[in-house]
Amino acid sequence: MRRRLSGPVDVTQLVVSGIGLVILLFVVYRLVATLMGGTYGVSTYASQAIFGLAQGGIYALIALGYTLVYGILFMINFAHGEIFMGGTYIAYFVIAAFDRSGFLESNPLLAIVATVATAMTASVILALGLERIAYRPLRRAPRLVPLITAIGASLFLQYAFRGLFGTGVKVYPDTHLHVAGIDILGGRYDIGGMVVRPIYFVVFLMAVTLMLALWILVQKTKMGKAMRAVAEDKDTAALMGIDVDRVVVLTFALGAALAGAAGVMFALYNKQVTHTMGFIPGIKAFTAAVLGGIGNVPGAMLGGFFLGLAESTFPTLLGLDSQLKDVIAFGLLVLVLIFRPTGILGEVLSRKRA
Amino acid sequence: MLKRSLRRGALVGGVLVFIALIGAPAAFAREPVVRGVVTLSQLLLAIGALLAGSGAAPATRTRSTGAVVAAGAIAGAVCMLLLALLALLVSAVDLRQVLVNATPQLVDELTLGRGVVTGSTVLVVLGTVLGALGGWSTRLPAAISRSAVLAGAAVVVVGVLRDKGLAIAEAVALGVAVWAVAYGRSRWGSALATRYQRVQRRNSTMVSIVVWIAGLFILLGLPSILGTYGTSVLDLVGLYVLMGLGLNIVVGYAGLLDLGYVAFFTIGAYVTGLLTSPAASTQLGLSFWIAWPLAMVAAAGAGALLGIPVLRMRGDYLAIVTLGFGEIIRILVLSDTFKSVLGGAQGIIEIPGPSIGSFTMMRPQHFYYLILIGVMIVVFVSRRISDSRVGRAWMAIREDEDVAEATGVNLVKYKLLAFAMGASFSGIGGAIFASWVHSVFPNSFTLLVSINILSLVIVGGIGSIPGVILGAFFLVGLPEVLRSFADFRMITFGALLVAMMIARPEGLWPAKSRRRELHLEVAE
Amino acid sequence: MSAAANGHPVCLSARRVTKRFGGLVAVDSVSIDIPERTVASVIGPNGAGKTTFFNCITGLYAPEDGDILFQGRSLVGYRPDSIAAMGIARTYQNIRLFSAMTALENVLVGQHAHLRSGVFGAIFRPSSTVLEEERAQQEAREMLAFVGLPGRGDLLATSIPYGGQRRLEIARALASRPKLLLLDEPTAGMNPQETDDLMHLIERLRDELALTVLLIEHDMRVVMGVSDQVSVLHYGTKISEGTPKEVQNDPRVVEAYLGTGGSHGHA
Repeated sequence: MRRRLSGPVDVTQLVVSGIGLVILLFVVYRLVATLMGGTYGVSTYASQAIFGLAQGGIYALIALGYTLVYGILFMINFAHGEIFMGGTYIAYFVIAAFDRSGFLESNPLLAIVATVATAMTASVILALGLERIAYRPLRRAPRLVPLITAIGASLFLQYAFRGLFGTGVKVYPDTHLHVAGIDILGGRYDIGGMVVRPIYFVVFLMAVTLMLALWILVQKTKMGKAMRAVAEDKDTAALMGIDVDRVVVLTFALGAALAGAAGVMFALYNKQVTHTMGFIPGIKAFTAAVLGGIGNVPGAMLGGFFLGLAESTFPTLLGLDSQLKDVIAFGLLVLVLIFRPTGILGEVLSRKRA
Repeated sequence: MLKRSLRRGALVGGVLVFIALIGAPAAFAREPVVRGVVTLSQLLLAIGALLAGSGAAPATRTRSTGAVVAAGAIAGAVCMLLLALLALLVSAVDLRQVLVNATPQLVDELTLGRGVVTGSTVLVVLGTVLGALGGWSTRLPAAISRSAVLAGAAVVVVGVLRDKGLAIAEAVALGVAVWAVAYGRSRWGSALATRYQRVQRRNSTMVSIVVWIAGLFILLGLPSILGTYGTSVLDLVGLYVLMGLGLNIVVGYAGLLDLGYVAFFTIGAYVTGLLTSPAASTQLGLSFWIAWPLAMVAAAGAGALLGIPVLRMRGDYLAIVTLGFGEIIRILVLSDTFKSVLGGAQGIIEIPGPSIGSFTMMRPQHFYYLILIGVMIVVFVSRRISDSRVGRAWMAIREDEDVAEATGVNLVKYKLLAFAMGASFSGIGGAIFASWVHSVFPNSFTLLVSINILSLVIVGGIGSIPGVILGAFFLVGLPEVLRSFADFRMITFGALLVAMMIARPEGLWPAKSRRRELHLEVAE
Repeated sequence: MSAAANGHPVCLSARRVTKRFGGLVAVDSVSIDIPERTVASVIGPNGAGKTTFFNCITGLYAPEDGDILFQGRSLVGYRPDSIAAMGIARTYQNIRLFSAMTALENVLVGQHAHLRSGVFGAIFRPSSTVLEEERAQQEAREMLAFVGLPGRGDLLATSIPYGGQRRLEIARALASRPKLLLLDEPTAGMNPQETDDLMHLIERLRDELALTVLLIEHDMRVVMGVSDQVSVLHYGTKISEGTPKEVQNDPRVVEAYLGTGGSHGHA
């Protein structure tokens, strides 16, 4: 439904295209320069890519929460990053207790599973509370109203955690889990001059597994069918006997569970937990969701991995300061929304009006 | 009815437990309201019990007074029982590993310093009494109870603002006086208002001139009344009013939710820094009076430029993209890439204050007048423009973009105009800020500033000029004055945003049109 | 099957206009000529592409194929606001007033395109702006009176009763001084009395204001009562055209309404 703007020359369109062209040229130029320069070997890019895939898996899992909720309610759950933070934070107390009692060392697999379960539960509880208190009364309000509410909720959750648990940084304990002689959680291995951390593979695989599970749930089960029906048309679905409230609650719960799991995985290699840790991954995951086409489940997965890879490799590839990592994510978001507002996979952004 | 009491008591009790665990009682214990009698933290508990009691009373008037009082008492008791249990738990188990505020001091505060067992009992008894009082208060005529709430609020605010709290006699006198005025107003207020209106209509220009002159004198005299600290708080409020009114144009008039608004404040501040500071990379050392308009123009230009790519985006996308812009600008300013020009994390220092002849503005009192001029200009422009062809075009875009366009409004032109004008206000504020604090650092310009501004616009009343000013006083001025409150500022903002959107989306002081909407609903 | 020629030059000429949404052809090669000072109706079952055709004229959609000429000038590719400024105004099927604004303000927004004052005028209020504003308000009040809402200017748009809101939309459209007025189901939801009044209003638009009116309407009483010319759309194609009488007796029209699109209520 793109409409042409005006018959004669459209200045704004020109300006936008010009900006796009300049950025494209810059990227190509820096890319060629870096690759020709040959400062970095293949191993640099390989290790960046491995990290990027793990990070991308995290983004993808969080992005699914945005996309699921957007698909059904057409609202951006701005506080989703705080759901991710909340689960990770609560689970920290569990894993720290396991660490003190020695359970983490004696039985790491069980301890981690319990930690992940805690995080998922905590995230789900937070999300359901949020939906019940803040979002449900506003379901038929103009679109900006729930967005502002979500910003408020995000702020509230961050500072509630700060108030309850203090300002200090919590650090996830070191964990080790040996499978076939390899420490798949805490190990670092030097393979041909390249440092490899198996945890990145573990995170990547876990993320993919969770996504597959979600995919099956949405495509194959009755509940998934109800979700898709509500996404298509709330009122008709309600007429067909689907309990819309229940589906909305389930959607929030699913998204939150994925975010909670992602949080523990993130903390296993990133270690640090603070009350503000949800903000940046939240925004980036939103970017990933938009990249893939918001409302589109495979799109969120693809977008997440793409963003993870882009973020880890672009600074080197383009010869930029690694401080500018976040600019890449935000820049991608802006560029995608300008040039392909429907995302990579191009899900229909159903506008209710027009 | 019992169920309602229990639920209400548990709800308020739960909220109080949460408030206790984020550390409010300990912080508020340092705020005596009535000297030697009651602190803010004790009042917090008392207010909770009163609310639980009044909320437990059924809405209908069918129940007897006794039943209502009983319902209130039960709710109050339940509410305080939860807190007593919390005190018991905290004193028995050391939870500080997890909950940082579960300290012995908290137990002390909750049990009123009387030891766990006695204190808990006292707490529950007090809760029962206050809850009963709250329940009973619902049977009073609205005029009386509302005036009482107002009187109580006045005593609390004044007591907190006074360093050592009020003396008992002062508190009683103030409470009674406010109560009497409020009660009188609600009884005879409308008659007075019509009298006033009649006077006003008869010689309207005279009255409005007198009001304006009086207002101007008060505004001009404020710094000498408030002293240095008070004036510097006022300066901060003024800066936020400037920015709030700018954002109000973008969000309130044109309906474009901009979360990266701080970017233009940053640009205004940095342009001023670069142009005026002899220590900046540019070494221009120009006068503030040259830099000021340039900062404004630069911010407006940036507003229009950043507006171009987002022209076709709607609502929530626009919000996130502008948020992205705000962050990009902050990261770029902070980065080593532009360090040679913008100074990276070290920012720009030695920014001189504005000078007139040989006089250089240094003290908050001086800046007060500068900010006052800025605010007056911005208020004037906002008012004029809201009531013009441009303002109508913006509001039409806010109401329905497609229809506005089909009615002949050029969306490109008016959206960019809104972005540019909103940004220019922020640029004015940024320039004053830079010369006021004599330096600019990238970390002064975080997303939280944008959210602060958005909060005050929304809480005050979106699209409403007096609303924005009120919002700035509430959300910026009050936390600045209530130092013990500072730690709870952001969490309150968050809760306020949610609560306002659910309960009162039009804000504390709604814009004209929205108030009209409400009035009509009442009239119907 | 000639258009109801009243000796006036052609105001709007749609030539083989086609608009697709994905695989769906919403408007398929539709050609319609409307002479000036005519009331022309477009009718057809729900989903026939009538509103899409409107949206192509007003520039909300760009047709994939074909051309739309307004007073001999192509509209295709122009933005809606430029098209509005050329002299085309419209109303909406589901009333779309600026709800937080007063009735007068709604009409004043309609006048936007032929008012001049900008930011400078708004802030400094030179005498030219003050004068322009006074005239605009005067004209807006007259416009409200013309559509039958005298003295209602200060009411909030949403507080006006339903029938009045439809009239207010017409006043807003008239305020842009159009030569061609598109009305999208103006009598939907009205009672018979209100419908009669509106039919009368449409005739006054043509006779007193010399407007060309293009009407989408389901109520056959209205269509047959006020139209000089009727075109029938069915699944995006034009299946019949002529005077109300000619169209009524066209077997294809009867079939479209009763044969396949039998779910339709009014016809």
